[in-house]
Amino acid sequence: MNDVAYIQRPNRPLHIYALLYLAFLYIPVLFLPLFSFNDAIYIAFPLKGFTTKWYASMLNNEPMFAALMNSIKVGSATAVFATILGIFGAKAVTRYRLPGQKPVVFMIMLPLVIPGIILGVALLILVSRLGITLSLYTVTLGHILITVPFAMATLIPRFVGFDKSMEEASADLGENAWWTFWRVTFPMVFPGVVASLLLCFTISFDEFIMAFFLTGTDPTLPIFIWSQLRFPIKLPGVLALGAVILVVSFVVVFFSQWLQRRGVKEVSGTGF
Amino acid sequence: MGDNDTYISLNNVSKHFGLVVAVDHINIAISGGEFFSLLGASGCGKTTLLRMIAGLESPTTGEIYIDNAPMSQVPPHHRPTNMVFQNYAIFPHLNVRANIAYGLRKDNLDKAEANRRVEEALEMVKLPGFGERRANELSGGQRQRVALARALIKRPKVLLLDEPLGALDKKLREEMQLELRTLQQSVGITFIFVTHDQEEAMTLSDRIAVMSQGKVLQVASPKELYNHPVSVEVADFIGQMNFLDASVIDLKDGQAVLDTAGLGRIKARASAEFIQKGANIVVAIRPEKLTLSKARGADRQNAVQGVMKTATYLGDRSHFYVSVEGCEKPLAVAAPEVETSVSESADRDSPVWLSWADEAMILLPRD
Amino acid sequence: MSDSAAVAIATPEPHRNWGGRLRALFLRSEALRGYTLLSPTLIVMAFAMCVPFAIMVAMSFWTQHGFEFDTAFTLANYGEAVDGPVYWALMIRSLAIAGACTVATVLLAYPMAYYVAFYVHRHKLMWIILITLPFWTSYLLRVFAWKIILGFNGVINSGLKGLGLIDQPLEFLLYSPTAVVITLTHAWAAFAILPIYVSLEKIDRSLLEAATDLGDGPVARFLRVTLPLSLPGVLAATLIIFIPTVGDYITPTLLGGPDGIMIGNIIQAQFGRVNNWPMGAALAISMLIIVAVISLVYIWVTRKATERIA
Repeated sequence: MNDVAYIQRPNRPLHIYALLYLAFLYIPVLFLPLFSFNDAIYIAFPLKGFTTKWYASMLNNEPMFAALMNSIKVGSATAVFATILGIFGAKAVTRYRLPGQKPVVFMIMLPLVIPGIILGVALLILVSRLGITLSLYTVTLGHILITVPFAMATLIPRFVGFDKSMEEASADLGENAWWTFWRVTFPMVFPGVVASLLLCFTISFDEFIMAFFLTGTDPTLPIFIWSQLRFPIKLPGVLALGAVILVVSFVVVFFSQWLQRRGVKEVSGTGF
Repeated sequence: MGDNDTYISLNNVSKHFGLVVAVDHINIAISGGEFFSLLGASGCGKTTLLRMIAGLESPTTGEIYIDNAPMSQVPPHHRPTNMVFQNYAIFPHLNVRANIAYGLRKDNLDKAEANRRVEEALEMVKLPGFGERRANELSGGQRQRVALARALIKRPKVLLLDEPLGALDKKLREEMQLELRTLQQSVGITFIFVTHDQEEAMTLSDRIAVMSQGKVLQVASPKELYNHPVSVEVADFIGQMNFLDASVIDLKDGQAVLDTAGLGRIKARASAEFIQKGANIVVAIRPEKLTLSKARGADRQNAVQGVMKTATYLGDRSHFYVSVEGCEKPLAVAAPEVETSVSESADRDSPVWLSWADEAMILLPRD
Repeated sequence: MSDSAAVAIATPEPHRNWGGRLRALFLRSEALRGYTLLSPTLIVMAFAMCVPFAIMVAMSFWTQHGFEFDTAFTLANYGEAVDGPVYWALMIRSLAIAGACTVATVLLAYPMAYYVAFYVHRHKLMWIILITLPFWTSYLLRVFAWKIILGFNGVINSGLKGLGLIDQPLEFLLYSPTAVVITLTHAWAAFAILPIYVSLEKIDRSLLEAATDLGDGPVARFLRVTLPLSLPGVLAATLIIFIPTVGDYITPTLLGGPDGIMIGNIIQAQFGRVNNWPMGAALAISMLIIVAVISLVYIWVTRKATERIA
């Protein structure tokens, strides 16, 4: 849709609205870093002075680091497994004519439209009936469940935009399915794979609801934060942590989005 | 091309996509070393057939044999065929050299040998020194050659080409046609070529299979197809043709008397089975076999008078359209401008005579 | 003279080779190959979602005594969910809050989406990334951020106090349904903007030009062309926000107060301190059914409405 052909005259009120709205989106989030540098325990105006002591205290916080490591472990495992499952799924759905494809894809995408609490509760029931103890493994399972739809949604456009005849040419030239995948398919969907890994990691890292129901003795970072929220003294420390997470998330997501958009033209087969 | 030369054989091959029958009980035998074309309009099943030979689709019924070995359990990467795809399928993430050498991985050649072969292949397709170029730096014609080199470097017994020249402009296409033909003859392998362009098929092929709606209408050499088509559909598809409805009034000793729309009563030699007394048939005459003149010639047996309608000038020849009473459509006459005494501007709407020889008439069944 | 059809080569002896037959079937059937490729994903999803659901449904018909489950089939849980005053009221309240939140979010998001679709020309991607960036942070932290903004000594109150505009902190801001609605409107903004934006972006600009040419002013154009054509995006946004919000329990816990408790809190409690899992299962399923019904009705209604317009 070539919108250059339909350039409207600039609309002042709407422009101002957009900026105000953007402010509305960002300001609450920016309070976190703001107060993390505030030299006061209570989070209120007026600001009492600049300090980095809350950040310093983070460095000594053993439980926090443990929770951070747990989140990284779970996030990485989730990202890898969900992306692998997403690759299989995306390839199967875009390259083969499957009878009953629509209902099957609908089923796979269901976690996107079911309230998190229901998914968490359901998995909790399953796990307890099977006699499995809650642990980081159960959390990972829950996270994989909710990130696979995202992985598929990220990877399917990649496969669609990539000419099927490339893989056929590879087969025709003597490579079996395994080699074709590594020599042709994977390099061409690679940006999508990276985007999916980053996306799934981020979702898992910040995810609270499933973790809440499925965590055992080792908390993930959001669970840890939740436990700290009751204690006013701990709050600024939590804010410092939050600010760090914010910045890292921003960078990661920015990078992943940039990767995703870039290389779409490159990859869509330079045939025609 | 006798039976003992048969290299590829398609036995009763069909392909269904759900309820759609793309290929309908095809039987073809292709000889080693021949340039064989599958010719037909889009949707006739020719590409599907080619892909089944390559192994990219499996036949719903029937069997494909290559070199007397059945291919039903042989996946595409194990078949002695290689394909040039319609959109070339050049790997964008590899340069030209890596593209061409792609299929050599399994052969475990040392680097020097592999490079030598790549250079050889590049020479063969007239792209010497292009090894380091990236895929997106190539023009359409160059990509086509790289695809060709990539397939040929593996020295397949059969090269499959899926409308490879479709995207090229006319001049380039004609150049490539010549090159392909020369290449095929020098390398000596079987080429199976899919196209919808009958001129292209006629130029390149030893034999052509004319296809329509999943069925093979006729398999023959270009000359045979042109001069002895077996059906109206084939005759219409190849070149231009005049068709006249007729009915058989009398048949004796291989000589039929026909009552023809517009031409009246004519005699023709008839040996085919469908020519029976009372049968409705079609008389087909090529435009270049009709002679146009102002007056009726005395020597030719068959002649009819008509009114000249239009003419198109094509440089090396002209087409004249003559309206004859009793014929639905005007008859087309093709003649080099020099040869005919008739010229378009002077003679429009004036009476002219068409004449032709007995052998020019082709009798075809009417369906 | 022309080559005609059949060349029949003697077919080799039929194999009694099951492995070979299976392989041939595999090579012939595209569906089989495709589903094999899909199977790991399908198995995981079935195991992690379908099987738990089945068990949850079954469990909703049981009763729990201490740590033991009495698996005798009973509808008591559902009965209590419907008859008991608490649950039903909470359900209604949750639906109301979710509804208010959805309406507010979509109404606020639409102009923003409109702006980016029609008035941003060169940096659309930048705007989209900017809009979505805040939402890649922890949901928990964002809710918490609102807590500090709305709290008694929070940003708004202490700011207004400092400016001398008020003496007492504004009570309604925190620990109320209002707080929940405000927080969730912020939390779901991007999820509303994106689908609406995509829908608006897809509108063929030449349709608007045609409308202008036929005499419509900007308002008429919007109401008659843009709005109807953007309804699929609005529909998607509405469902994306409404469905998860009904079950949310984090926001109510952190800043809902006693009046802001939602059904999610109760469900979570059943699996926590109340320790009545079958009741929790029954409530969860009831919630799911109600939300599904509402969604389907909503989809049906909007479809009818768009048919009438189109």
